[in-house]
Amino acid sequence: MTLLKDLTRGLWRENPIFRLLIGMCPTLAVTNAAINGLAMGLATSFVLICSSIIISLIKNFIPSKVRIPCFIIVIATFVTIADLVLAAFFPDIHAVLGLFVPLIVVNCVILGRAEAFASKNPVHRSIFDALGMSIGFTWALLLISIVREILGMGSVFGINILGKAFTPFLIMVLPPGAFLAMGVLLGIMNTIQDKLATR
Amino acid sequence: MEKEKLLITSSPHIKDDDTVEKIMYGVIIALIPASVMGVYYFGLHALLLIIASIAAAVVTEAVFQKFRNYPVTITDGSAVITGLLLALNLPPGLPVWMAIVGSVFAIALGKQVFGGLGHNPFNPALIGRAFLVASFPVHMTTWISPVDGTTTATPLGLMKLQGVSTDYMSLFLGKIGGCIGETSALAILIGAAYLLYKGYIDWRIPLSYLGTVAVLTTVFGQDPIFHLFAGGLMLGAFFMATDMVTSPITKKGRWIFGIGAGILVVVIRLWGGYPEGVSYSILLMNGVTPLINRYTRPRVFGEVKNNG
Repeated sequence: MTLLKDLTRGLWRENPIFRLLIGMCPTLAVTNAAINGLAMGLATSFVLICSSIIISLIKNFIPSKVRIPCFIIVIATFVTIADLVLAAFFPDIHAVLGLFVPLIVVNCVILGRAEAFASKNPVHRSIFDALGMSIGFTWALLLISIVREILGMGSVFGINILGKAFTPFLIMVLPPGAFLAMGVLLGIMNTIQDKLATR
Repeated sequence: MEKEKLLITSSPHIKDDDTVEKIMYGVIIALIPASVMGVYYFGLHALLLIIASIAAAVVTEAVFQKFRNYPVTITDGSAVITGLLLALNLPPGLPVWMAIVGSVFAIALGKQVFGGLGHNPFNPALIGRAFLVASFPVHMTTWISPVDGTTTATPLGLMKLQGVSTDYMSLFLGKIGGCIGETSALAILIGAAYLLYKGYIDWRIPLSYLGTVAVLTTVFGQDPIFHLFAGGLMLGAFFMATDMVTSPITKKGRWIFGIGAGILVVVIRLWGGYPEGVSYSILLMNGVTPLINRYTRPRVFGEVKNNG
């Protein structure tokens, strides 16, 4: 039961994007197309899950005064792995994501879970927590990027779905579109949350 | 009995008979000459854009307020003004659905998300316009000549790209390419005179705004009369920079607002990437309006004279 709670926490109740509003930098920067949002979500998930496991394993050996640098080193290791794997097997996506892959190191979601959960809980719970947060982060990024790609380019994952008659709203794939999509989706999420809470 | 109750309210206790409705409908009346000239020069499509934009603004406001359980206040005329001002800021050949999109955006995300009339930090009509420019850059910069209906450039565009000036009479009467409501300086001035006479707008903002543009363009060796009458400066200075909600409330603040917007327009026109910068200058100054209000707050208990 505890494990199930750990898993579902990140999906909605403490969703990093829509409920906690952390990790905003990649959320706003790379969600201009569905494929980029998905790639960013998966890369972050890989780093989050692996570093949660390692940090949970070595938590008793880390002196509390230098715990943040230790977390960063563990996280940076996995970010380097993710960066090199993306560069080797998905060079196109790697070129688009660019700087934002190394920046996963300082993603608040990962450091936040390391500090708040993995460093205080046993390995099996940390895995479920990281898994839930990863899914929560990925679906949020995917949702924002799908909305922006449909409005900004008329397509999903590069496949045109709205036809030629549709004139794309260029602004949605530009930086202001990230704030617009994020703000409106956040408003919708809050409305849903209010409805759930009053029920 | 209702009348027996002692009413305790904060100041102001003395009110004049101006209401939101009265002022809004006054502004609408003042915009009629510019609208008529726009329709006269650019034809029925311009009229269609104006009607569609107003209708979309009013419907959006009603739907939004209904959805959020606010009292529906579409009869106060503020949504009508937003729709009308947005339409006057659109190129006359724009597809109608784009005007509707811009209008919906202006009311929903420019005004109502902040809490409705009186709470919006930016001029909603200009927000709608900025959204359309960023969304449909090609459509929003395709201008139609009022003479023969062909595609043309605006006087500012001609000046910037080819160094060609336009004669004053065309600029004054509006026989030039441009947005629906911005071409005829004469029509705008008639409306502005009505607003100034009624006291619905403060002369400080238009004067400092236009004055700054005139002085700066002269300093930089440009023709000040051309720059005053070209583009959307007149429309912006009298009808959008003076918006009561988004401009400073203090007199000193209004001077700062006008001068700041004037500097921004000249910088954008002379050195920026766009030929015209009125809408961005007003939006940027809207953004610093709370700051201006804070730093120009008058002293409540009188002022101390320097060297007094």
